Amino acid sequence: MSAPKLLSANFGSEVSFHLDHYLERGGYEQARRVLAEMAPEAVIDQVKQAKLRGCGGAGFPTGMKWSFIPKGGAKPVYLAVNADEGEPGTFKDKYLLTYEPHMLLEGMLICAKAVGCHKAYIYVRGEFDLPIARMEGAVAEAYDRGYLGPDVMGSGFAFDVVVHRGGGAYICGEETALLESLEGKPGHPRLKPPFPALVGLNGCPTVINNVETLALVPHLLRLGAGAFLDLGVPTQGGTKLYCVSGQVNRPGIFEASPSVTLRQLIDDYAGGVRGGAKLKAVIPGGLSAPVLKPDELDTEASFEGLKQVGSMLGSAGLIVMDESVCMVEAMRTITQFYAHESCGQCTPCREGTGWLRRIVERILAGHGRAEDTDNLDSIARKITGTTICPLGDAAAWPVMGFVEKFRDEFEYYCRTGHSRVSGARVAG
Amino acid sequence: MPKLTIDGREVEVAPGTTLIEAARRLAIHIPHYCYHRGLSIAGNCRMCLVEVEGVPKMMIACHTQAADGMVVHTDNDKCREYRAAILEFILVNHPLDCPVCDQAGECKLQNYYMEHGTAGSRVDEDKVKKRAKAKQIGPNIMLDSERCILCSRCVRFTDEITHTHELGITERADHSEITLAPGAWLDNRYAGCVVDLCPVGALTDRDFRFKCRVWYLTAVDSICTGCARGCNITIHVNRDRPHKAGGTRVMRYKPRENPAVNQWWMCDAGRYSYKQIDHERVDSAAVDGRPVAVEQALDASAAALKRAAAAVAVLCATTATNEELFLARALFAGALGGHAAYLAPPQGEQDDLLLLADQSPNTRGAQEILGTEVRDPVGWVKAHGVKAVVVVGEADLTGLKAEVDHLTVIATHPGKAAAQAHVLLPGSVHAEVEGTFTNHAGRVQRLRVAVPPIRGAVETWRLLLELAGRLGHPFDFAFEDDIFAALASQLAPFAGLSHDNLGRRGALLGSGAPQPTEVV
Repeated sequence: MSAPKLLSANFGSEVSFHLDHYLERGGYEQARRVLAEMAPEAVIDQVKQAKLRGCGGAGFPTGMKWSFIPKGGAKPVYLAVNADEGEPGTFKDKYLLTYEPHMLLEGMLICAKAVGCHKAYIYVRGEFDLPIARMEGAVAEAYDRGYLGPDVMGSGFAFDVVVHRGGGAYICGEETALLESLEGKPGHPRLKPPFPALVGLNGCPTVINNVETLALVPHLLRLGAGAFLDLGVPTQGGTKLYCVSGQVNRPGIFEASPSVTLRQLIDDYAGGVRGGAKLKAVIPGGLSAPVLKPDELDTEASFEGLKQVGSMLGSAGLIVMDESVCMVEAMRTITQFYAHESCGQCTPCREGTGWLRRIVERILAGHGRAEDTDNLDSIARKITGTTICPLGDAAAWPVMGFVEKFRDEFEYYCRTGHSRVSGARVAG
Repeated sequence: MPKLTIDGREVEVAPGTTLIEAARRLAIHIPHYCYHRGLSIAGNCRMCLVEVEGVPKMMIACHTQAADGMVVHTDNDKCREYRAAILEFILVNHPLDCPVCDQAGECKLQNYYMEHGTAGSRVDEDKVKKRAKAKQIGPNIMLDSERCILCSRCVRFTDEITHTHELGITERADHSEITLAPGAWLDNRYAGCVVDLCPVGALTDRDFRFKCRVWYLTAVDSICTGCARGCNITIHVNRDRPHKAGGTRVMRYKPRENPAVNQWWMCDAGRYSYKQIDHERVDSAAVDGRPVAVEQALDASAAALKRAAAAVAVLCATTATNEELFLARALFAGALGGHAAYLAPPQGEQDDLLLLADQSPNTRGAQEILGTEVRDPVGWVKAHGVKAVVVVGEADLTGLKAEVDHLTVIATHPGKAAAQAHVLLPGSVHAEVEGTFTNHAGRVQRLRVAVPPIRGAVETWRLLLELAGRLGHPFDFAFEDDIFAALASQLAPFAGLSHDNLGRRGALLGSGAPQPTEVV
């Protein structure tokens, strides 16, 4: 527990979201320095060297993403901040919006200078009442005091920020659905290519970054790329926010080095499994990440570490389940979520997610059949890799993971019509 | 120019060409629903997934661009496995109501499932119920959302082609539905095209609904007569079960692709104009209003024309075929030494997609063949001292009868022309003859016989030949193609053209020979 709290030191504070408080802590100094004296390429180099990776879920190298933006093009460049935090088990960005809105704005300013952008949108999940209010307050303060507007901090650099409230669709966290939604259209992901770096918002080059990613940027520049990288692991610089939920003693949000293991996060940070019960399974990176069993928990909770055990860090939302959890019932929650949130645009996801849900519900009602377990797996396998956007994969991976690791529970339920864990049958 | 290999065959294509189009160049059909060459790429049906060597994921052929050295498989085991999976997904919620669905028999879901689907079903779940079941969404269009596979072709058509934006998709996941925009009604001029575009039975035409199973229909290439555009169509004829539709012979028009004329579309006015073919036809000859046999009427007409000697004229409506116009010219202006002209075509509305103000299919042909346009028939016959007139087609001839000794009208429908006639002859419509029309841009396009002349009527060109014979000037033409051959040999703009070499897409006047047709 030695990592510094770059992002979370003021979580829960009554004052940290005010501009003055942020300034007292050295806020906007890195943005001031970047705007005054750093070349865009130098900023991007720092971000690349620091191995900052996107914290929205994919872990894409941020510096590389910024470097894809064409230089000196005729079209304006936009920055879209993805604050549509909706991955079940994930609740880190809303803390940043609530307690460190100026940290995000400073990161946005630095990004804007690096990619030549003068207008940004913060797309916030519609249900986030307090985070939206705080973010809007911070933007107003920043305009009042010259940290946003036509001449940011006297540098001559113009930068405008609009806080956009989403409509409450999970899919709008997918970056191209987010752009569609910003343009006033239904949140249907776009075909790629072209990628948003070339054809994004309103057809213009667009950088889309997660809140946490951008909030780390001022720290990266303050510490320098080397020191920032040293906080993390060789493939991923900086600290990471982890959201731990489920049957643990102290569910919550924890900032740690990505060198931390899942077991440390559960036992040391979250106080261990609730009531001393036995751990059964952990979904390590938000609902979409394939489930892990207790013997896989000594894995490093980094993007690369979790990839090596066939799962992913994703949005770093750990969902911890103890032995009282029936995996078939848990599967219902998961399949219902994706069947509800599929945008309905492409066939495999639109039809497949609802089909999976209905099969799981039928099993739970006691009408399972011997072939259902195999069918769940084979249906999921035909959703992966065949859809327009990653929601299809996100819906399919948990099913494949559950069936692979808890097949006997599914087969038992299908055979007997009741749960091996709880003995219960869910009325159909 | 990227050179790639598709199913073992090399093809070189222009940069930016998609795999589905590159495959088409090799006559390889990649199954698809949402893709349409006339619309933007949506990539939502996922039916066209193909394997590209070196790429782990299956790629959609409609959106993936050909690259140099690419090796593509469109029909190996993996492709077939994924195609079957996509079809299975589509059928999870698609009703199995084919026996009562109008689309059955021309349904891409039925057809692809027969070819690529799995035999059995492992779907045992209830299907999603949707709100719009047999819901009228426009004057001619019915929507069945449960049959809809959400390919979005209809939405893209109203967005991109008509720019009328009546349709959208609302709701999410498997509750997604095609919906009318608030306050909208699918009543644009081209609304019928959404039925053609719909690959399944979600959008059906109220005019055709439940009238005839499509497998009883025969499709014949023809040209729409609604305006001077000359949209390429197929006429769907109910030859096998006429008793199923109250004896109606022609059941519908469908647009036929021609990139140079109408692309894939046609307007509703043209689409539903098929109804004229069998509606209130002139089915008997008459002399002074008394029904007589056609031979008697021809005799009477010939006798009157002979009396007038060279003071004869023919006035043709611009609905006549090039062949009919040429015969009229050859007989009246040529053999008889009289006059031949065409009647000014009626004008209507026009728009910026297809519809032209000139409501006749062959005005350009009449200009080329007859040359003289007549706006005032009475004044014209007076000026030329004409004593006997033959009118081919419909026109307002008020006052003409009083100006001449004799008026013969070859008519298809009772109208202003037929009402004036001393001698009325029952002629043919475009669907009843072989022939050609020349569209506004000078494209000569073929008509094929869809149905024989309606009972009692005779092909107009045969009536003209019969008159010629009775007037002592027989022509040596057995069929319409002979007439066209004579036309092509005598009129320079038609030189080199023949019924055979016009092909399915026609040829421009003066082109000498038709352009090679594209692979379809």
